[in-house]
Amino acid sequence: MPRPGFVLDVDRSTPPVLFHHGEQFKLEKLPPGRSRIIYPGEPLDPLEDIDGAIHDALVNPTGDSEPLPALLRPGMKLTIAFDDISLPLPPMKRPDIRQRVIEQVLDMAAAAGVDDVHLIAALALHRRMTEDELRHAVGDRVYDAFAPHGLLYNHDAEDPDNLAFLGTTDKGEEVEINKRAAESDLLVYVNINIVSMDGGWKSTATGLSSYKSLRHHHNVKTMQHSKSFMDRHASELHSSNWRMGKVLKDSGVKVFQIETTINNNVFGTEGPMAVLQKREWEWNTKDRMSFMAMKAGLDRMSARSRRSIFQAYRAPHQLTSVQAGEVEAVHELTTANVLKQHLVPVEGQTDILTMGLPYICPYNVNSIMNPILVMCLGLGYFFNLYRGKPPVREGGVLIMSHPTPWEFHPVHHPSYIDFFEQVLAETTDPLVLEAKYEKQFAEDEWYRHLYRTSYAYHGVHPFYMWYWGAHAMQHLGQVIIVGGDVRAVRRLGFKPASTLQDALEMASDTVGRDASITHLHNPPILMADVT
Amino acid sequence: MKALRFERNVPRYAAAVAAGRMMPGAGAKVGPLRLRDVDPPDLPGPDWVRIRPRLSGICGSDLGTIDGTSSRYFEPIVSFPFVPGHEVVADREGTDGTDRVVLEPVLGCVTRNISPVCPACARGDLGNCERIAFGELEPGLQTGFCCDTGGGWSTQMVAHPSQLHVVPATMSDEAAVIVEPTACAVHGALAAIAGGVADTVVVLGSGTLGLLTIAALRHFTQAGTIIAVAKHPVQRELALSLGATTVVEPAELKRAVRRTTSSLALGDGHIDRLTGGADVVIDCVGSEASLAESLAVVRPKGRITMVGMPGHMHVDLTGLWQREITLAGAYAYGTEEIAVPGGTSRRARTFDLAFELVEAADLGRLVSATYPLARFTDAVAHAAAAGSRGGVKIAFDLRDEKERTRA
Repeated sequence: MPRPGFVLDVDRSTPPVLFHHGEQFKLEKLPPGRSRIIYPGEPLDPLEDIDGAIHDALVNPTGDSEPLPALLRPGMKLTIAFDDISLPLPPMKRPDIRQRVIEQVLDMAAAAGVDDVHLIAALALHRRMTEDELRHAVGDRVYDAFAPHGLLYNHDAEDPDNLAFLGTTDKGEEVEINKRAAESDLLVYVNINIVSMDGGWKSTATGLSSYKSLRHHHNVKTMQHSKSFMDRHASELHSSNWRMGKVLKDSGVKVFQIETTINNNVFGTEGPMAVLQKREWEWNTKDRMSFMAMKAGLDRMSARSRRSIFQAYRAPHQLTSVQAGEVEAVHELTTANVLKQHLVPVEGQTDILTMGLPYICPYNVNSIMNPILVMCLGLGYFFNLYRGKPPVREGGVLIMSHPTPWEFHPVHHPSYIDFFEQVLAETTDPLVLEAKYEKQFAEDEWYRHLYRTSYAYHGVHPFYMWYWGAHAMQHLGQVIIVGGDVRAVRRLGFKPASTLQDALEMASDTVGRDASITHLHNPPILMADVT
Repeated sequence: MKALRFERNVPRYAAAVAAGRMMPGAGAKVGPLRLRDVDPPDLPGPDWVRIRPRLSGICGSDLGTIDGTSSRYFEPIVSFPFVPGHEVVADREGTDGTDRVVLEPVLGCVTRNISPVCPACARGDLGNCERIAFGELEPGLQTGFCCDTGGGWSTQMVAHPSQLHVVPATMSDEAAVIVEPTACAVHGALAAIAGGVADTVVVLGSGTLGLLTIAALRHFTQAGTIIAVAKHPVQRELALSLGATTVVEPAELKRAVRRTTSSLALGDGHIDRLTGGADVVIDCVGSEASLAESLAVVRPKGRITMVGMPGHMHVDLTGLWQREITLAGAYAYGTEEIAVPGGTSRRARTFDLAFELVEAADLGRLVSATYPLARFTDAVAHAAAAGSRGGVKIAFDLRDEKERTRA
């Protein structure tokens, strides 16, 4: 029986706590008597018969939906869209769950005589997936059967000929999605729900949409009113996507949603990484030696070598649920399953929230975690991993640990470089930079070219990363990054600190000397349920 | 009199080259530049006068000479031994007392007593004089490179009256010593922008010449966006205060120009070069790298003007050919044609424009430090690393030299 997540009060006997620090790790001693640590739950028990569970979900759908086989007929247009490289994190060991689901959907389609099938990576404004990445997601068999015939491809949000405008929501939001998906008799969406933000109408209304459509919810106002964007019912981001979903439905787009959830088995139970999944006071001698050896080895390596090692890591994620059918009904179950793994009850807010940021976020798979992504992971994703209210009080301090190198992947993140060099040099205020620069970057012809033909994130993407942190920026009194490149941290508008102790000292200027401290022991992922 | 003299000395020259490669400015310690007690130069002609330098700047071309990095191109147009120093504000003793003057150092036909003057001098383009190795003076493109005239790095030198410009009483010595490099910048800026109008101008380098060029562009032309490239914080601040629209670090230039001009770029995320680019690039560095960078960011049919002194370099000029780029030099000064709104123009001597600009933009503030002659190695080292040490223009201060009052 896996143990749930919990909150540990730090006392003098509490051992140093693990902080992820990019591709490195730190052990930090938190001040006793005023610190606490939120630990994630242990990995939920996985489904034993994965293929059986998938089959069962497809033939016994949830909500107002017929079984998948009943929706398939000869001569129909079938489109299978699937989540892109940003999910899951880290990428999972083969076979990827998308492959398992898609293979069964295709088997059913073949049995029903469906021969007009397209597979589309629903990447919205993310970078295109490479052949290797597509093969990893859908498997070699599917890739070889479809890709050579142009039937398996990346969504292109800048291809006007292949976008369909479906109408506007009652709030005036334009809905435009991939034309093939919109005009299919059935759109099957295959998702991996790693956090509660994912899935639901966001899969199609965001994953298959265009800038014209996305801008209605990927903006500062929406993000500042999503408290948090991990909690669908308190998230304006989701409200907008759900309104768009209604437009999709009303315009006749028939969606069969397949959502999957995975457990917290990120680092496995074997190998040197396994220790990262254990609670520090339960480390045995072997764990300690293993950790120290790993840490010493990593510390001696070049940053490039460390990055290569970590980016090659494939996680042993295990499936905990699969549900299929009508989008909203499916997503209710999915969200409940995600929260079952992630939610940790937390009483009250803290003055200082600490977190160690790992080497990966949704936008640097096989890439570089640049400073903008550091900001997005910390102030966007991790800060928003709450329900109720943020674990840190308004005006409190966020301390993040990450090397934050002034380094960018030029192929993947070209507009990020300009955003960092030009926009952030002028302002870090999300509203100001949105008003002054977003349009210019969104419509830049070179970025558009690189997004469509190379492997670049869309020109506007760094703005979205910044908006993702807008709620946190509004909420927090100070942000400190420990161990980061000083110039890069300052460019982000944050304060650099050499050590956690220095950071706590700096934080005392804002929240006083006896401030309470809460450490978010993430990853594996947890979501604070703050009352 | 006391003078820093540059002598022809092959072993010392070799040592300077080696030292200069190790550390810019180190050539002063081991090279042919020596502090000497020498006789004052004779007056080359009856109309020449003696002047006593007050401040004399250290120019990039001086540093090139000291470290042995200057091209051998100059050999026939300099004469040894010479006293460097061509950025000079000095005292002139006249019958009506002493006045302060700024030296216009080009040694053209008039100073060489050549008559009739060459076509360039006749046009007023002194910097293009065709007789700089002829006439009654030894070869020397400017005072400071000619053995007959002395130079500003001494307590006494000679000058032809045609070379001297009276300094207004309200102008400080620091402002006055900036007039000569300002004239170079004014000439460069006006040469770079035909008709005085350009949407996007890049100024590569924000040392003295780069900063003055930015000021000149803002004051005398209709340049739209000026993108300055600066390495150091003080340079960045000054570039902005003198009129740059944007200041970027060297590695950021291609992206900044691309953004400004909405150009496309070649290179998959990396930018090798732009397909469009800036209308005008003014290279105030003059290195192989700066010329290559200029070629990468200038638009087809654009213009690159080299204001910084170049030398031998290996640069791929294919783009110059394929994109029909104009590569031009801008040296010294003379007479300028300035576009005036309404389509007309006016002619003015570059030095007169430089005086105007120095006062208008308060350019005397660019003088960051001064040294006595005895500390010339420190002065040269400081000048060679001025940017990284938070400075811009380094000069010799001769006002308190004891030797200055000797006959």
